[in-house]
Amino acid sequence: MPIEIKNSSSQPLQIDSAGRLLHFLAIEGLDRQRLLQLLDSAAQFISSDTNVRKSQGSLLAGHTVVNLFFEDSTRTRTTFEIAGKRLGASVINLNTSRLSTRKGETVLDTVRTLEAMDADIFVVRDNSSGTAHLIARHVPPHVHIINAGDGRHAHPTQAMLDMFTIRAHKGDISKLRFAIVGDILHSRVARSQIAALQILGAKEIRVVAPATLLPTEIEKLGVTALTDIDKGLEGVDVIMMLRLQLERMEGQLIPSSQEYFRCYGLNQDRLNHAAPDAVVMHPGPMNRGLEIASDVADSDRSLVLSQVTNGIAVRMAIMAELAGMNKE
Amino acid sequence: MKVKIKNGRVIDPASGEDQIRDLFIADGAIVDPHKAGHEFSADSEIDATDQIVCPGLIDLQARLREPGEEHKASMQSELAAAIKGGITSVCVPPDTNPIIDTPAMVHMIRQRGRRLEKARVYPMGALTTGLRGETLTDMATLKEAGCTVLGNGDNIIENTLVMRRAMQYASTFNLSVFLTPLDHWLRGNGCVHEGEISTRLGLPAIPEAAEVVALARDLALIETTGVRAHITQISCARSVEKIREAKARGLNVTAAVSAHHLHLSEQDIGDFDTRYHVLPPLRSLSDRDALREGVSEGVIDAICSDHQPHGLDAKLAPFSESEPGIAGLETLLSLTLQLVLDGVISLPEAISRVTFNPACILGIDVGRLSPGAPADVCIFNPSLEQNINVGDFYSQGRNSPFDGSNLAGQVTAVIVAGKVVTI
Repeated sequence: MPIEIKNSSSQPLQIDSAGRLLHFLAIEGLDRQRLLQLLDSAAQFISSDTNVRKSQGSLLAGHTVVNLFFEDSTRTRTTFEIAGKRLGASVINLNTSRLSTRKGETVLDTVRTLEAMDADIFVVRDNSSGTAHLIARHVPPHVHIINAGDGRHAHPTQAMLDMFTIRAHKGDISKLRFAIVGDILHSRVARSQIAALQILGAKEIRVVAPATLLPTEIEKLGVTALTDIDKGLEGVDVIMMLRLQLERMEGQLIPSSQEYFRCYGLNQDRLNHAAPDAVVMHPGPMNRGLEIASDVADSDRSLVLSQVTNGIAVRMAIMAELAGMNKE
Repeated sequence: MKVKIKNGRVIDPASGEDQIRDLFIADGAIVDPHKAGHEFSADSEIDATDQIVCPGLIDLQARLREPGEEHKASMQSELAAAIKGGITSVCVPPDTNPIIDTPAMVHMIRQRGRRLEKARVYPMGALTTGLRGETLTDMATLKEAGCTVLGNGDNIIENTLVMRRAMQYASTFNLSVFLTPLDHWLRGNGCVHEGEISTRLGLPAIPEAAEVVALARDLALIETTGVRAHITQISCARSVEKIREAKARGLNVTAAVSAHHLHLSEQDIGDFDTRYHVLPPLRSLSDRDALREGVSEGVIDAICSDHQPHGLDAKLAPFSESEPGIAGLETLLSLTLQLVLDGVISLPEAISRVTFNPACILGIDVGRLSPGAPADVCIFNPSLEQNINVGDFYSQGRNSPFDGSNLAGQVTAVIVAGKVVTI
């Protein structure tokens, strides 16, 4: 009889025994019903009716949200800040390089200090995979953690806003084919998108990149991996571009930006391989002329700006859910 | 001091003995049972009924953290932990601080070990000065100081010419070299096996090739130099194949695996559980099964603890920033016995992997119960289960993923050099 290992992860971190959402760390581990419920609740926050907004203005009144960003970000941090403020919470932004914390104070020290100041929700971004999980495992039950990106692992609110945007523009995800294009290896966005698309029953998910940017055994995540972008885009309804971080490439993962754009950049010709009404998404910030041609980025097929707006609503819905305010 | 161990099941892999009998010890050595007879007047008697009496365990790789990292552990705590785990000899890799590359360091560690009167300590000398992989150490002098084997710790010698010369020079003095195959470039900043889990968790990965490439290189050099070599740890199926093939070709090579690699896999990492962060990384389930097969076939000669005690902070960090290693001294015997329960090997074979075989690899005269041999003995009850609680560890390291598990085997008495060791 093999040894029975007592694994800390046998107890899910995100959901308590009553099925309530405690933290929002990763898409994995959440079910279809919960994802749909969060997306529906986000829809309420998108209304342009100012009366609706006002009534939401106090949902998180008296709550403190701390944006704890160990890694630079403007877009994500700002949308979280707006989301918190629209719900009536006090929002504190902390941009601290972990180079300074690493010397003395550990990540957990930082969190405990802030916790002592009565924060309710921490929005955490870090360049190491698993930091949000680590923090979630060590905070008291009334403190909630939202993962705003951990290393290459997950960026679940980004995936949720993408799902929201797709549903708004293309309808039922289970009827659609997807291609995720770019640096899959380093992308937390891709991993969360794949998980969300799987759970929501996408018809087909393809990932497209040169072999150097495709992680091993990616097929086990339920996707088809392709190195030829024209084949990868053939007939897809949604093209999800990823940001390429040139500084990570070291001249080894891709030889040059010119060659990358030539082989993998999304231009009008390539877009024509996709379904006639296919849409293009990008988590931003875009590298024009590297992963995407300007005319495609600015075309009416691009949903980039709509993604940003939806990001606020989705993050409001997640914060409200964690604070237990979505029940009524 | 005369000791009589009564009525135990004596298992001595060196002679192939496996029978219930009394074991006699006098003046620090095993006594021939035919000569002991009735006139043997023991100063102390140990009743070993229903228990196993075997040579004390020999651990080929344990970090004691002293000197250099006493905030993590000390020789005192770790050698006591060894005794608690039935281990009577430990081989210490040279990557202490200062590094074991001078005779003075060898003397210091041996002396300190002797004074503590727990388990025996065998310091492994460095192959290259400062473990930098550039210049050879004074190997003959290190041997004279008491090193029987040399190695370079986890610091692989990148320069193949230096590696070759180190092997040639070591073989000149009949010294074995201990090698840890891990290619520096392919390892990069990786912390988990490259596979499904690294992809899911987005953790920087160490491909299997990082080990296989380095192993292939080392085996080629072992073959041309004829040096006696030991591969300290392998972690994947391909390495088992490589060693099998090398042995079939008659190379003078042995290999070991850590006890945890025989029970755990990448799947156990779950949601970034840093207790499973080890080097080499835990690999796939099929790799684990191949390692088990390697142990059962004898392709893998020995099982080590790869003991690496850490303070709490070392594991309270994001996975890739946490420090690798498991505190394994106190679970080595149980994890080895578990292989018997799992039907991988017989009990005498299991015992040989942690006693006689490592003794041969180290070239030391313990690890056997033949008359005249140093009396290092482990007595344990194989049917007693223990619930592992890291709070009860004698080791200062509490970093064990087996915390809370029920493991077979309970050590009841340990004898080193003929004396019952109390802890």
